[in-house]
Amino acid sequence: MVKQVITGNMATAMGTRLCRPAVISAYPITPQTTIVEYIADFVADGTLKTQYVKVESEHSAMSCCISASNTGVRTFTATSAHGLLLMHEMLEWAAGARLPIVLVNVNRANGPPWSVWADHHDTIMQRDTGWMSIFCENNQEILDSMIMAFKVAEDPDIMLPMMLSEDAFYLSHTSEPVDVPDQALVDKFLPEYKPEHFLDPENPKGFGSLVMPPQYMEFRYKMAESMDLAREKIRKVNDEFYEVFGRKYGNGLIEEYRCDDAEVVLVGAGTNASTVREVVDRMRDEGHKVGLARLRCFRPFPYEEIRDLAKRVKAIGVFERTYTFGYQGPFTAEIKGALYGTGVDIPIKNYLLGIGGRDIRTKHVRAVFEDIMKVAEQGLDQETKWFGLLDGNTPEEEL
Amino acid sequence: MGKLTIPEQELMRPGHMGCLGCGGTLAMRLALKAAGPDTIISIPACCWAVMPGVWPNTCMGIPMLYTAFEVTGASISGIRAALDAKGKKDTNVIGWAGDGGTFDIGLQALSGMVERGTNALYICYDNEAYMNTGIQRSSSTPEGAWTTTTPVGTENYWEQGRKKDMISIMVAHGIPYAATANVAYPEDFVRKVQKALSIDGPTYLQIFAPCPTGWKSQPAKSIKLAKEAITSLAYPMYEVENGVYKINRKPKEQTPLKDYMLKQGRFRHLTEEFIEEQQKMLEANWKRLLKLEEITNEE
Repeated sequence: MVKQVITGNMATAMGTRLCRPAVISAYPITPQTTIVEYIADFVADGTLKTQYVKVESEHSAMSCCISASNTGVRTFTATSAHGLLLMHEMLEWAAGARLPIVLVNVNRANGPPWSVWADHHDTIMQRDTGWMSIFCENNQEILDSMIMAFKVAEDPDIMLPMMLSEDAFYLSHTSEPVDVPDQALVDKFLPEYKPEHFLDPENPKGFGSLVMPPQYMEFRYKMAESMDLAREKIRKVNDEFYEVFGRKYGNGLIEEYRCDDAEVVLVGAGTNASTVREVVDRMRDEGHKVGLARLRCFRPFPYEEIRDLAKRVKAIGVFERTYTFGYQGPFTAEIKGALYGTGVDIPIKNYLLGIGGRDIRTKHVRAVFEDIMKVAEQGLDQETKWFGLLDGNTPEEEL
Repeated sequence: MGKLTIPEQELMRPGHMGCLGCGGTLAMRLALKAAGPDTIISIPACCWAVMPGVWPNTCMGIPMLYTAFEVTGASISGIRAALDAKGKKDTNVIGWAGDGGTFDIGLQALSGMVERGTNALYICYDNEAYMNTGIQRSSSTPEGAWTTTTPVGTENYWEQGRKKDMISIMVAHGIPYAATANVAYPEDFVRKVQKALSIDGPTYLQIFAPCPTGWKSQPAKSIKLAKEAITSLAYPMYEVENGVYKINRKPKEQTPLKDYMLKQGRFRHLTEEFIEEQQKMLEANWKRLLKLEEITNEE
C-alpha cells in the first residue's frame, strides 16, 4: 500500500479507478467538480480504462448509468446538492430497476439562498428512493467505502444502488493521508460484475415494463426485503474488508466511540463526528462519561444498534446538519422511531449545527455535551435546539 | 418482378396493445424488420411503453429497456457505452420515443446524445400529440389542431403554435443523417433505418404515424391519410445526409390541405380561411425545402 496525501475528491477518483467501472457518466457541479476532472485525467493518461460519458445534466448522468448498468456493466457517477436533486427521478428508477450503481454525493446545502457548503439535506431528501446511503467521515473512508459499496450493491441478494456522502470542503477539498490499496488486492476483493439479467440480443427480455396492481406490490416487497438484508451484508463486507485491508468502520452501520460505560452520547454523521471524537477524549480526561455513536449507514437504518445503545445510556443528543421542515431532524425522528415500544424511555434531544457549512468547533460540541448531561439529570427542556442562532440572545459558548 | 426490400423476419410478434389503425405499431414492425435481431431498444414513456404488453408478456422479439419520459438520448448513450466496453460494436442501439418525449421533454437529452456523437439511432414516431396520456398538445401538434389541452370551446382555444421543426434542429447539430419518413412508404422507411444504422454516429428518424384515436380519423384510412400528408405538403418526406438535403417524394400534383385536414376530427372546427393560411405556410416551407435541396446539392 502507498500512503498519499489527497483530497476527498481525489480519494473518490482513485477509488473509482480501483473499482474499474466500465461506464462512468457525470456532469460537473461544485464542489464535486474536481472528481469529474480527476477521472478525466485518469482516462487521458490511460490509467483508467472506461467509457466516460460526459452528459448535459445530472438527470442524464443517472439515466446513462442506468442504461449502461442494465446492459450488464459496472457504473459510477458523482454529484452534489442540486445535481442530486435533479437526479431524484432517476434515483428511483435505478433502485426500482435493481441496478447496483454507486454514486458519490458531495454533501452541499440547497439553494436558495445559494450556498456551496456542507449540509446533509441533499442526501436526506433521497431517503425513500431505495438507495443504500452511507456517510463518510474522512478521505480514507471514502476510498475504502467505494470498494465495499460495489461489493454490497452487486451481491445477488441485494442488487440495490448505494450512495456515499462526503461533506463539502471538509472532505472534498481537504487533503488527508490515505492508504491507497494495491489494485491486485482490490481486484481479488471485488471481482468483475457479472449480472444474471441484462439487455442481451441473444436472450431478449424487456426490463421495467408495465405491471398491473396485482403484481406491483411484490416488486416493492422484494426491494424492501433486500434493503433489510443489506444490514447484515454491510456488516459482513465491513469485516471482510478488514481481513484484507486492515481497516474497518465500526460494525459497518454504526461506529461507537467510548460508548461502553457512557452516560450520554452524541449521535452524528459525516465529518462532525471527528470533532465530537476529539471532545469526547478531552471530556473523558476530565472524568465525564461521554461517548460518540457515528451513524455511518442511514439506509438501511441500524435500528438494532440504536436500541442496543439506548439501553446503555441516560440521554442521547442527536447532531444534525439538516432539518426536516415540519418535524425535527431526520436522524432524531428515526432514532425515536426505533426506540418506540422497546421500553427504553430516555431523553433524546435534537441539536442542529453546521447547517450550510457553519463551522462546528470543539467548544460548540462541549456546550452540547454539557447541555445533554443536564438533560440526562433534569429531563428534556426542548425537543429541538437550533444551536448558535444569531438572534442576539446567543450565549458566548455557542458563537 | 421487383425485388422485395423489406426483410421477412418478424421481430414484433402478434398481440400488441395498439389501437386500430395505429401508425406507431406499423412503424415499429418495420423498424425491427430493418434493424434485425442484434438490436437493443430503449423506450421512454409513450404509447410504446404500453403497447408491447403487460408484464410478464411482450410482443417484442429484441431486448427492450423501458425508461423515463425525458431520458431516451441519455439512455442510448449509456447502452452504447456499455456495449463498447464489452466490445460489442456491431449491436444496433435504437431509441424509440413519441413526439412529446422527443420535441418537448426529451429534447435536451437528445441534443446531448447527438452532440456527443453516440453511435445510435433515435426514432421519433410522430403522432403530433401526447396520445398515450390522452391526446394533450405537444410542440409537434400542428397549428389549429384540437387536443384535450387545446379544446375548441367558444374562445377558439385550439393549438396556436407552429409545429417545431425538429429536422432543422438536428441538422443544426451537424448530425450525419436525419430524415422524415412515412408509414405509407415502408420501403423508404426500411431503407432509412438501415442507412441510419450503417452510419457510425448519431442518426435521427422521424416517422409520420397517424393516430386515429387522437386525430379522430377512420382507422381504415390511416395509410390514405399518411399519403395525403405528403401530397398536401403537410409532412414532406426527405433526408439530410451530412447537410445535403434530398426530398424523397415530390408530389406530381399537390392536393388541397383542406381535403387532408377535414378527414380528421381534430381539424373539423377550422374555417376555410384558416386552412388557406396554413396551406400558404406549408407551401412556403416546401419552397424553402426545395431551395435547401438545390443549394446543398450544388458542387
